Amino acid sequence: MWENIDKVQEVRFHVSRYSPERDSKPYVQVFPVPVREGMTVLEGLHYIKENLDSSLVWRYSCRMGVCGSCGMLLNGRPTLACNTQILDIAKTDLTVAPLPNFDVMRDLVPDLATMFKKHIANKPFIVRQDDAEQNDPSGEYFQTPEQLEEYLQFSYCIKCGCCMAACPTLATDSEYLGPMPLTQGYRYSADTRDGAKKDRMKVSGTGHGAFRCHYAGECSRACPKGVDPAKAIQHLKRQLVLDYLHLAKQRKPCAKQHGPGKGTRDPKIPDAPAKTVGV
Amino acid sequence: MRETKLWTWFMLAGLVILILLGLHMTVAHMGGLTGVGVTKAGDSVNEANSQARDATLFYPVVYVILLAAALFHGLYGLRVILFELGLSSTTQKAVSALLLIVGVGLFGFGTWGVFAAHALYAGRG
Repeated sequence: MWENIDKVQEVRFHVSRYSPERDSKPYVQVFPVPVREGMTVLEGLHYIKENLDSSLVWRYSCRMGVCGSCGMLLNGRPTLACNTQILDIAKTDLTVAPLPNFDVMRDLVPDLATMFKKHIANKPFIVRQDDAEQNDPSGEYFQTPEQLEEYLQFSYCIKCGCCMAACPTLATDSEYLGPMPLTQGYRYSADTRDGAKKDRMKVSGTGHGAFRCHYAGECSRACPKGVDPAKAIQHLKRQLVLDYLHLAKQRKPCAKQHGPGKGTRDPKIPDAPAKTVGV
Repeated sequence: MRETKLWTWFMLAGLVILILLGLHMTVAHMGGLTGVGVTKAGDSVNEANSQARDATLFYPVVYVILLAAALFHGLYGLRVILFELGLSSTTQKAVSALLLIVGVGLFGFGTWGVFAAHALYAGRG
């Protein structure tokens, strides 16, 4: 596939290499990569693996900025390799390193386990107080567009870890929960279908929680999906303070609207067109 | 939730400082214009006016509240900055204990000074 590459120019990839069994510390290896317009960093890495060094290791999956697997440090900026065109950020040299603030498993692969441990501690799912309803929901829950708007942007997070890599607080305090887990904690606490805000506050209100954030805002700048974690953390701080002062509005999880198939259709909605297949 | 409690009081202390420092500016630095807290002849910060304010109960109480708020706000802020240095859990506890002792000590000393002055000047009538 690389024979037909319409070469525009050569960019030197300064790639961070590290194998825990072989190396005592990471080192940099330089690879010349022929680059055409529109070529992404992920494609550049594929070129290296197929033509220059098959031992290069990185993580990727969807190639379209959806899965969040290929987060890495490109020219000092945490972002997605699949979502970044080489010529947009480099003319002659490009540094490629694993996301900082994480242990490195190998080459460009960060160990995201610590992030997901903190993520799970924040209960990133909707919790209903009724166990039966929690395990086997019997209907839909009413939520207005305004209520959806409260948390919608935070649900676009793909857990790539770029915000965690950009966070200066996490760089000095490895126990700090970090932007992603705190944002996801807020995302579910702000959801009117949820009833576990108090449980999450016990986690986010600790010494390594929301109050360690000094609002540097780097997480929001780094997010490749346009999520604003810094904003979520400020909302979270407000929630925590108002709750402590007993000034927070008490909210019960929203009621169930109706069971499956038991809803009434809006008469203004016309009938579906007749079937044309399988008649 | 301990950090939530400390953070909330940190912010409330900031609010108290804002209000009481406003009062301090009004009395001590703009007394000539406002006339607030100026009962004797001359400048608002001269000895006679300072002693007259100390002789009342209102100003000493304000001083003590301001001292408490400023100490808590300042020392909690310092604690946060020190924690940023990546201290171990044991060191963090030691720093918290030290700052608590320093804060309580300074508050006790300041309160004693304020009410000693109050007792001295209130007795003079």
